[in-house]
Amino acid sequence: MRLQLSPEMEAFRDEMRTFFTTQVPQEIRDQIAAHRHLTREQYVQAQQVLNAAGLAVPHWPVEWGGKDWTPLQRHIWREEMQLASVPEPLAFNASMIGPVIAAFGNQEQKERFLPKTANLDIWWCQGFSEPDAGSDLASLRTTAVRDGDDWVVNGQKTWTTLGQYADWIFCLVRTDPTAEKKQRGISMLVFPMDTPGVTLRPIQLIDGGHEVNEVFFEDVRVPAENLIGEENRGWDYAKFLLGNERVGIARVGATKKLISQAKTHAREVVVGGRPLSEDPRLTARIAELENELLALELTALRVVANSADGKPHPASSVLKLRGSELQQAATELLVDIAGPLSVASFADGGSQVPDWARVATPQYLNYRKVSIYGGSNEVQRTIIAGTILGL
Amino acid sequence: MDFTYDSEQNDLREAVAGLLGRAYPDSEQRRRVTATDPGFDEKTWARLAEMGVLGLPFAEEDGGMGAGPIEVGIVAEEMGRVLAPEPFVEAVVLAGGLVAAVGTAEQRAAVLGPLSEGASVLALAHAEPTTRWSTSAAGVTATQDGGTWRLTGVKEPVPGGARADVLVVSAVTDGGTALFLVRGDAEGLTRTGYRTHDGGRAANVTLDSTPAELLGEGTADRSADVERAQALARIAYSAEAVGAMDTALKTTAEYLKTRKQFGVTLNRFQALTFRAADMYVSLELARSTALWAGMVADSGGDVVAAAVRARLQTSRAGRHIGKEAIQLHGGIGVTAEYSVGHYTSRLTAIDHLLGDGDWAADRLATTVDSYPTVDPLGAPYTG
Repeated sequence: MRLQLSPEMEAFRDEMRTFFTTQVPQEIRDQIAAHRHLTREQYVQAQQVLNAAGLAVPHWPVEWGGKDWTPLQRHIWREEMQLASVPEPLAFNASMIGPVIAAFGNQEQKERFLPKTANLDIWWCQGFSEPDAGSDLASLRTTAVRDGDDWVVNGQKTWTTLGQYADWIFCLVRTDPTAEKKQRGISMLVFPMDTPGVTLRPIQLIDGGHEVNEVFFEDVRVPAENLIGEENRGWDYAKFLLGNERVGIARVGATKKLISQAKTHAREVVVGGRPLSEDPRLTARIAELENELLALELTALRVVANSADGKPHPASSVLKLRGSELQQAATELLVDIAGPLSVASFADGGSQVPDWARVATPQYLNYRKVSIYGGSNEVQRTIIAGTILGL
Repeated sequence: MDFTYDSEQNDLREAVAGLLGRAYPDSEQRRRVTATDPGFDEKTWARLAEMGVLGLPFAEEDGGMGAGPIEVGIVAEEMGRVLAPEPFVEAVVLAGGLVAAVGTAEQRAAVLGPLSEGASVLALAHAEPTTRWSTSAAGVTATQDGGTWRLTGVKEPVPGGARADVLVVSAVTDGGTALFLVRGDAEGLTRTGYRTHDGGRAANVTLDSTPAELLGEGTADRSADVERAQALARIAYSAEAVGAMDTALKTTAEYLKTRKQFGVTLNRFQALTFRAADMYVSLELARSTALWAGMVADSGGDVVAAAVRARLQTSRAGRHIGKEAIQLHGGIGVTAEYSVGHYTSRLTAIDHLLGDGDWAADRLATTVDSYPTVDPLGAPYTG
């Protein structure tokens, strides 16, 4: 039992902090801190700065650009990145398809995709969910039928995040409709978004933004070599990928940042001659939230320290569940501090409402997603009850 | 940063768990023991002494084992796991801790030696009917009569106050709050003991010109020492609560797997399993915080600040898990024959002895505006 970081880890933390706060362009970090969306170019620029320093995909195998870091180092890396308002490497590349190709792809696929994936030269999007396959992902109906050297894909995907920027999609498709278990007949295919027969339709969200899309496939011809791993083993790869997605999903650093912003803004909002930061109900609420976040951070540290051979600790469901709830609580806090100013979401020039108050409600509404994606919180409760408590 | 126990610590846990598991193999045995005074098993107390547990946190020259808050947490967690009624936190961590912090070398040897050997039980008489969770005394005064200090006033509730061989009593002097040792057979001392809802014992301690020995030298204010001892006890209680919550959840999960209604076991009902999952979340977050607070104490960080955080987290978790454990059981959960309700009762007592969740939240609320973020591995928590 020891609380302090070792001198090596202290130095590592300082190194990360210095890099993130001095090497990633300030205007990109300001944009993240202000909770404004980045342009495609800004995402690419930020990831390429990280990748050039070997900091974009540290959790990958070393031969493909990874670092042989301890779980604690990865934790520090992620925390410092979030505290510095650095956009994290695109999850679809760094946490999802990259590790899958590195683990299950053939040598040719690794050479073809991994360097460009790490550098965001290829922007990937995710083709998993369908209108009738959400939490019950294995019910997916998009089909791929073999025709000569090609797979012919037909069907529809949805919730495809930032698909409008994507070069390629990784897709779960049904290749054996006769399989006894529905999980057995699924394969993973990758193909360019500009392949004939692919159509993208934006989905407008309640925050006014365009973040997700529907993707339609009509007789899309995909070369056979674009199958990742083995035919009909796609479900295994999906589970591997979703396990990776859950690690780091607690987003403690990002929530810390939100709370510290809330404190700053509470000092700026004056009600009846007194700053809101002196309101005992508000300070008690912040205190409770901070303590919950502390407990979550400590649990994350315990879990990373105990995760053997890269497999997610069963308690990582706790991180997803509580992490999403606390992110949402922090965005809600910001809306409440903005008070009536929080309605001015789309105010432009001529409005005196500060920028943070304008973005507060769209962000709060947008963050309803975090308890839904990555395995909804109800799925996490099912995992905890089943896997951990044996219920 | 390292969250794992070393082999000596694992051995300690195994030994304590073995001893307590034999002493309290089921909740019926605990009921028998708590039914009669002093509310705990003197034989088990003696065995804990033989194992060195009662002298765990004290320096070897004072008759102790020279261990630290991590080891104290291990013992407290195992006590909580079986709801052992022996007053480990009350006598050793709190009362003994104050003697260790404040007493002269002579007093430490005279009091902590017998405590560690199991020959003398200590209790802290600090709480008063008109204050709550204070660091200072208000209603008991100390005056010097010739060379003798005499105390007058009322302390209540005093956990373990009737059985104690020696009381550590706080009292008001000209210098502020001072601490005194009072023998159980001192003149002018009236102790009225009673059962507490969790199977323990507490007492009204009335002092009427009762002779007392000043603890330590001088009458400078000891409030900071009291606060620090309370903080260490809060951290130990957090560990005890984690042990109790762990058993409460395990018992509940087992019940859901075996109890049948509507022709199926209860774990077929998602309304129940989801609530059990939420209990697990509360438990693990509280466990992390309790462990961390012990590490802060061990590394010389700000014990008072860390203890407030641990108190808040275990208060919220203890209430959540305690209430849900009963509700998920149904009627059997509120019967005295069944174990789980006793766990809720003990968690409720722990929640009120040294400050509840709202008390802790209020403390934190006064400081949230003075720092941007909480860093559990940084100041003020690392020494």
